[in-house]
Amino acid sequence: MRLLEYQAKELFKEYGIRVPDSIASKDIESGRKDAEKIGYPFVIKAQVPVGGRGKAGGIQKCHNEDEFELKYPQVLNMSIKGEKTRAVLLEKMSEYEKEIYLSLFLNRSKRCYTIISSAEGGVEIESVKDQVIREVGSGDVTKKVAEEVAKEIGIGENSIPHFVDILQKLSKLTVEKEAELTEINPLVILKDGSMMALDGKIMTDDNSNFRHKELAEYHEQTELEKKAEESGFSLVELDGNIAVIGNGAGLVMSTLDMLTDNGGKAACFLDVGGTATEESVYEALTLISKMKNVKAVLVNLYGGIVKTTIVASAFLKAYDDKIIILPVFARLMGAESEKSKEMLKDSETKLAPSIEEAINKAVMEVNK
Amino acid sequence: MTDIFELLKGKQNSKGDFQKQPVIVQGITGKYGTQHTKLMIEYGTNIVAGVTPGKGGQKFEDAVPIYETVKEAVDKTGAKISIMFVPAKFFLGAAKDALEAGIKLLVAIPEHVPVQDTMKIVEIAKQKGAIVIGPNTPGVMIPGLIKIGIMPASPFKFGNTAVLSKSGTLLYEIGNNLSSSGFGQCITIGIGGDPINGTRLVDAFDMVKDYPNLDGIVVVGEIGGDAEEILAQKIIDENFEKPVVAYIAGRKAPKEKRMGHAGAIVMGTYGSAESKITMFSKANIPVAKKPVEVPILLAGKMEKK
Repeated sequence: MRLLEYQAKELFKEYGIRVPDSIASKDIESGRKDAEKIGYPFVIKAQVPVGGRGKAGGIQKCHNEDEFELKYPQVLNMSIKGEKTRAVLLEKMSEYEKEIYLSLFLNRSKRCYTIISSAEGGVEIESVKDQVIREVGSGDVTKKVAEEVAKEIGIGENSIPHFVDILQKLSKLTVEKEAELTEINPLVILKDGSMMALDGKIMTDDNSNFRHKELAEYHEQTELEKKAEESGFSLVELDGNIAVIGNGAGLVMSTLDMLTDNGGKAACFLDVGGTATEESVYEALTLISKMKNVKAVLVNLYGGIVKTTIVASAFLKAYDDKIIILPVFARLMGAESEKSKEMLKDSETKLAPSIEEAINKAVMEVNK
Repeated sequence: MTDIFELLKGKQNSKGDFQKQPVIVQGITGKYGTQHTKLMIEYGTNIVAGVTPGKGGQKFEDAVPIYETVKEAVDKTGAKISIMFVPAKFFLGAAKDALEAGIKLLVAIPEHVPVQDTMKIVEIAKQKGAIVIGPNTPGVMIPGLIKIGIMPASPFKFGNTAVLSKSGTLLYEIGNNLSSSGFGQCITIGIGGDPINGTRLVDAFDMVKDYPNLDGIVVVGEIGGDAEEILAQKIIDENFEKPVVAYIAGRKAPKEKRMGHAGAIVMGTYGSAESKITMFSKANIPVAKKPVEVPILLAGKMEKK
């Protein structure tokens, strides 16, 4: 899961990495109390699980109560790249000399953790030229390695011990919380040479959630996502009007690509998993029926071992139970597809011989 | 490096048949393990033993002996191959047991294995000189000969194309398109949709590139990581001349969202479809826009040869 900035900073604090004074809130009443505690001036920061919020106006300076009353609701109600603000962080402004970059990430092709650091911070790391990159195996960073990185990025002599300390703490956090990425950008150097994390980004490995009950409170899910997870599905809600269901992540992504290529807009990505059953397809249709803005359903199932007749019965049951009233366009491939066509021929489900055809029909339907 | 074809096929006897290599199933008595063991036996895979702690001494379907540990199963059968159906939480322990018992090819089916557990197994496999395929893989097969995995049999036909895939169902879909266009397969390897793979795309490429009758390679990639980019660079560096075509799923997926697979996520430009497609085009590898185009592109590449 991707932690919000304030959640990442809670973990930083827990591991002894210094962060500015800050308090997160989800409504203006709590925000007003936080403002008193923090004291003006401070920064209002939108808590969204996506990058680029600065440019989008998600970070605002606030000098007095009038500004607060104006800006807090703005930030609370904004959406950045389709992501609504989840919380608002009020943070004490800090005076600093220099911004640098530091992260530890899971290097997938090398199959090890890798440190990335740079004397240039506060900007997107992709645009930074002078990056210091060090592979560190399973994520443990020794004092020696941390010192080498500090010297290589070229920070002042008096800051080196602070950098080493923070990098080693970040390493401990990364390994213990099973993070795929921990990033401090910017990590700032104060006048006295000490350092502080002004921003934080942490992505943990969802598959290790069962070992991290302590992180469960950070798991932000919509009602639908929760239901999907309970059924063993992967669901990503999107902003279009055609719900896309299939079995297997690759196949559903492929369907989404083709739908978009043909002018359609997906309302969701729903992978029922490699093994579809009558129950799981029925569950998936139930989930879709609860989504807003959906005008049509596009189904792409590659039966393989699963008989498509099982899928057909799920559809028929969903019609009987009035779960789906939307038009459904489906391509069912694999075992017993002839029989399932027969089963569905008088139903509302329109079967297409190819996914291309199913997509065309679905797009025409929503553009009617 | 261990030759995967030799591991799977064994040696040819005087009649020209391959002796079927013995395979162990870890988690043979679970619902999923049972279903797929039956299908593998039906396909002709030589399943010689199962492992389920607490059920040692019993027999699977009155035929296949079940042992308490992988070591016992290996001692009794001499198997070097194991396929694993255990729940993700038990992957680490079960995979360790397998590698320590001398398994040389471990096919790990479970999805949702924590990355740190996979990394530990990758290290052990390196020390033992073993191949791990997966986790979160549909498995590996040589059509018509041996199937170690959960893939359906029907999409695949024997031939001279190798298919390497991150995705399961897309592998079946594209396998089916290839087979019906006359491009049979000499091997299909599902590397899995996780961030860390026991066998990476480049490793899978190394396994198949010297296969004597190889006509071409199909790469079924998806967003996330940089496995495709690194493979493309390798193909350039090695000046590999046989036809390679690719398909990349997730071109239109939103950024910073996990699309079903743990590994299918774009962070900034890391893992984006554009980055992969750009590198493939540098390596002169055409990328299909949809699965049905794959055999057409492959035919085109072969004609140019």
